[in-house]
Order: sequence, then C-alpha cells, then structure tokens
Amino acid sequence: MLQTTEVPSPLAEPSAFRQTFFAAYRWMLLARLLEEKIASLYRGGKIIGGVFLGRGQEALSVAVGMALQKGDIFAPLIRDQAGRLAFGESLLDCTRTYMGSRLGPMRGRDGNVHRGRPREGMFAMISHLGAMIPAVVGALLARRFRGVTGTVGATCLGDGATSTGAFHEGLNMAAVEKLPLIVVVANNQYAYSTPNARQFACEDLVDKAVGYGVTGHRLDATDLETCLRVLNKAVANARDGGGPQLVVASLLRLAGHGEHDDAHYIDDRLRESRLGLDCLKVAEQRLLAEGWADESALHGLENNAQRQIDEAVATTLREPAPDPNVEDWCALATRHLSESSHAE
Amino acid sequence: MITYLEAIREAQARALADDPRVYIYGQDVGAFGGAFKATKNLAQEFPGRVLDSPISEDAMVGSAIGAAIEGMRPIIEMQFADFSTVGFNQIVNHAATLHWRTNVPCPITIRLPSGGTAGAGPFHSQSMEALYAHYPGLIVMTPATVEDAYSMLLEAVAIDDPVIFCEHKYLYYHLKADALPTEAMPTGKARIARAGRDATIVTYSAMVHESLACAEELALEGWEIEVIDLRTIKPLDTDTVLASVARTGRLLAVGEAFPWGGVTAEILARVATEGFGLLDAPPMRLNAKDTPVPYHPNLWGTHRPTAKTISARMRDLLRL
Repeated sequence: MLQTTEVPSPLAEPSAFRQTFFAAYRWMLLARLLEEKIASLYRGGKIIGGVFLGRGQEALSVAVGMALQKGDIFAPLIRDQAGRLAFGESLLDCTRTYMGSRLGPMRGRDGNVHRGRPREGMFAMISHLGAMIPAVVGALLARRFRGVTGTVGATCLGDGATSTGAFHEGLNMAAVEKLPLIVVVANNQYAYSTPNARQFACEDLVDKAVGYGVTGHRLDATDLETCLRVLNKAVANARDGGGPQLVVASLLRLAGHGEHDDAHYIDDRLRESRLGLDCLKVAEQRLLAEGWADESALHGLENNAQRQIDEAVATTLREPAPDPNVEDWCALATRHLSESSHAE
Repeated sequence: MITYLEAIREAQARALADDPRVYIYGQDVGAFGGAFKATKNLAQEFPGRVLDSPISEDAMVGSAIGAAIEGMRPIIEMQFADFSTVGFNQIVNHAATLHWRTNVPCPITIRLPSGGTAGAGPFHSQSMEALYAHYPGLIVMTPATVEDAYSMLLEAVAIDDPVIFCEHKYLYYHLKADALPTEAMPTGKARIARAGRDATIVTYSAMVHESLACAEELALEGWEIEVIDLRTIKPLDTDTVLASVARTGRLLAVGEAFPWGGVTAEILARVATEGFGLLDAPPMRLNAKDTPVPYHPNLWGTHRPTAKTISARMRDLLRL
C-alpha cells in the first residue's frame, strides 16, 4: 500500500483546533442561512429552475473547503454551499447564478449549482454524475507536466455517483497516475429517491478504495470535528504524495433532492437515527458546551450572516437579466469558425 | 513519399516540439506507438509527454478538459472512432459547453481513426462526424489528403476549441504525397478538388477519392463533374458549395456515414433552402446503408459508397 508520512496536523494544537472549528461553524451557518434564503426566493418565484440544498451536509462540505488551500482545485457538487464558501466563492457568485444575473460567473447561461470559476480552481460541475472526477484528474496531470508541486484537487459526489462509469474510470486513472486527488462521497443513503440497497451491494462504499489501490477513509459526517480531522488528514496525505484518497461520509440529507421534492421516501427510522442529526445543531451545542461561544455570540454570528446574505440578494435583485438581443449566441472561443445560422 | 498516417505522426511530432503545452494521451500510444503507429517513436522522442492511458475513454476526455483548463493543449487518441461513444458525455456535455458556460476555452484535440476498412466489422469502422457536428461548441475536421492530415492536425492543436479530428483509416496507407506541405488553406474553407461544369459532388474524407474516381470515369463519357472536398464539416463552407451549385445546377452529396440525418442531409438542406433557384434538378445524396458496418469484404464493399455506385447515382442525376 501507499506510504504516507505523518505530518503535524494544524488541528493538533487545542487553540488552533478551536479557531478552525469556530471558523467552520461560521461558514456552515452562512451556508445554511444562504440556502434558506435561496429556498425562500424560489418559493416566491424569484428563482427559475431548480434549487438544491446542502442541509445536513454542511459539516462534511465545509471540511473539504477548509482542508483545501488557495491554489488547490475544487470541483464541488450540488450540496456543497458550505465548502464553496470556505474555498473562497463569494455570496454574489451564488445569488447571481441562482437568480440569473448577467453579472454572475455564468451570465444566465447556466444556473443554480452549475457554477464555478475554473481558472481560479473552482470547477463548474456538469450534471452528469462522476464527470468531474476525470476533469480534476486532468488538471492535476497538467500540474505535474508543468512541474507544479504541493497542490491537490478534491471533488465531491454522492452515493449514487459511485455507480457511474466516470467514477470508476476517474478514480482508477488517478490511482494509476498516483495523483493528489481527494474524492469525497457523501453517502446520504439515497440517490434522489433510490435507497442504497438498490444502488450498490458492497458492505461499505469505502471498501472500494482497496479495489482501486487508494487510501480509504470512513467517517460520521454529522460531527464537525470528525469531518475536519478526517478531511485534513486525507488532504495532507494527498499533498504529501500519498496518492488518491477516497473519503466516504455517512449522513442524511435533511431536505429533498431539490426544493420540488418533499423527500417522503426517507425512512423515519433513518431520520431518528444518529444519521438524522443536524450537523449544524451538533456543532452549535459543542460550541456552547465547550464554552467557545455563548448564546449572544451565536446570535451575533447569525445576524452578521443574515446581513451579508440580504446585501448580496438586494444587490443581485437590482442587476440586469441576460438580454437575448445582446447575447452573442456563439459557442466557440474561435469566433471566426462559428457558423452563421443556416437553420435556426 | 509520405503517407497520410505518417503525416499525422509528423504533425504530432511538430506540435510536441513547438509547444510545451502539448501532450498525447491514449491507449497504447506510448512505447508501443499506437494501434496504427500514429505515435511511433514519439514517446522516446518526447519523454513523459506521450502517455498510455487506461481503457477509459470517458476519463481520457474528461482529463483532457481539466488539463486544458490548466493551460495544456492535449491530444487524445481514440483507438478507433467507434470507441469515442464511451467518451461521448465528456465530449458533448463537458468539453463542448465549457467555453460557453464559463468563458474558459477548451483547446483539446480528439483524434478519431474513422471509417471503414475491409474486415474491420461493426465496431471498428464507423464514421462519427455527424454526431459530433450536431453539438454546438465543437469543430469537426475530416481531412482527405496527406497535406490536410498534416496541416489541419497542427491547426486543430492550435485552435482554442475542442476539435474532433476524423482521420480516415483507409487513407492511412493508401494515400501518399511527395512532401509535407509548407502552407495550408484556412480552416473552415472547402477545396475544389476537381473543377467541372455539369454537376457538383460535395463530399469529404475517403469519399473524396471515390468521388474523384467517379469524375474520372464520367469524364470518359464527356461529363465534367466538380468535386468539392469540405475539409471541415463543422464549420461547413456553405458559400463554396452554393457557388459550385450555381455553376453546375446539379448536386450530389456523398458520405460514408449512415444515411439518417448527417452531413449529406445537412448539405442538401442548406442548398435546398438557400440555393433552391440554383438547382436544375432535385438534389441527391448517397450514403452507407442503414445497417451496422459489415465485416466481410463482399458486404463491406457494398455497404459504403464507391466510385461505381457514386457514378451510377450521378448518371441518374445527369439524366434528370
């Protein structure tokens, strides 16, 4: 198996850990409140198309975003608002894409969670699950060609995506090339409405790591500390030459697949189990229990987050929508090779 | 003398030599030099830049997209065009949409050893160009000559968009030229491969040579057939096609792909809608048969258009 050298974790020292935990909680809270606002705008008819929430998955997602550094590559999926914020995505990139502002990174050409700034390391997912794994593999390959060292790439997916050919091809390719890739599987027990029993037959998804010759990590993603420690270790392993890391996190999505979905199919026994715990509430109780924050401090955080969100939404509401008359309708970068319309 | 296949190898050698951002990735392309030897000795000449891939067409294309985002200019060799369907999702949904969605260009070249050879059968013979041309955001090249195989491949690597480079396997060894070209026609411009005044054949890739043989045969009967080599099917040089039909009044579009939809249908649609008044007879087309590509030479030779069947269809057209 791959050898990894133990490096001192930035979380080893208690005060550093406390700061990281507190920062993570703030991103989680901001993500939760932002998504609640997005859901409210959707219900109010201000957002066209789908809305997909990461409720219940914030601890895992934020841990990915925080374990990465500037210069790394991150290809988030649909429930990674917290990770996106921690990695550096602005609130405006989110609100502008959801609300179709012409000033957003996708300029109304794509919406909701299909957003990113690839040149800044934040890849823009396509809807086809598993497809971003090979893209991150290629970006890491490019860095190897260019002699760039010390950076990693991470991508997130769900339990359902592990059934795709792209997952297999991408992870296998990364393993063959021993690239610093971290694949984070949020096993939230359902792919849309399909339970795990109809998705895969292995005991535990992390067992797949052995088959690919990569390092596997398993964790309970309702606990923020666990998420921070495991993701930190996985990213550190990859950064130190340990090759691809497969992280499989157990949790439950505390929302529908999208806001159109009431998630009635989720088994009540799962909701009442440990998996059904709300990671944000668990983290909040920890902050209070440890005395790292009091009620008024948490209240202050919430007010502050709400103010930032309201500002971003108010700004976006004033911005222009895309205009079909000034849209250039050209799919090529090489403009002169674009066909004039013969049959539109 | 240099073959069409050697021209492809030479173009890749030059691209690797000229631009450190270029690398080649595909099955058996490394030390082995590729299933057709299109990368012969390149792994030795350019260490670390010509890499064997796993049998993973989705990940081959997906990885090229990620590398392109990071500023590389990958060349992906599909072992056969037929296998590109496994990478179809990454090509049409990811590579083709990237620039339009994110404003980040996706300069990747995907080489598709295309078209039929005797004995190759249903899964090593297909012509996939129309599938890819259907999607916005892709450029589709179909070189018919040694010179174009060389210069268009270099151009494909230089273009800031995903290019589907359909190189024809039948031409690999059958086509020879004296030397590599020193200049090239612009991408997107069709070539008049043979001038004529009585009818126009619009075609591309290996069918250019079958069509030229048809024109030669009909010349013995006194007909002057113009043959247009499209060179790229996307963009499709409609102006050159219309100008030719304006001179001849008759159009036959010939392709090696399956008949439903496709390049020949697109040509007829454009001429019928934009040049209806130029036509002295109904436009016609000739394609492969609507079955999978057969294995046995007897069947294969009849499945695709040949000089003989093109001539027969052309005689029908000239009588109208």
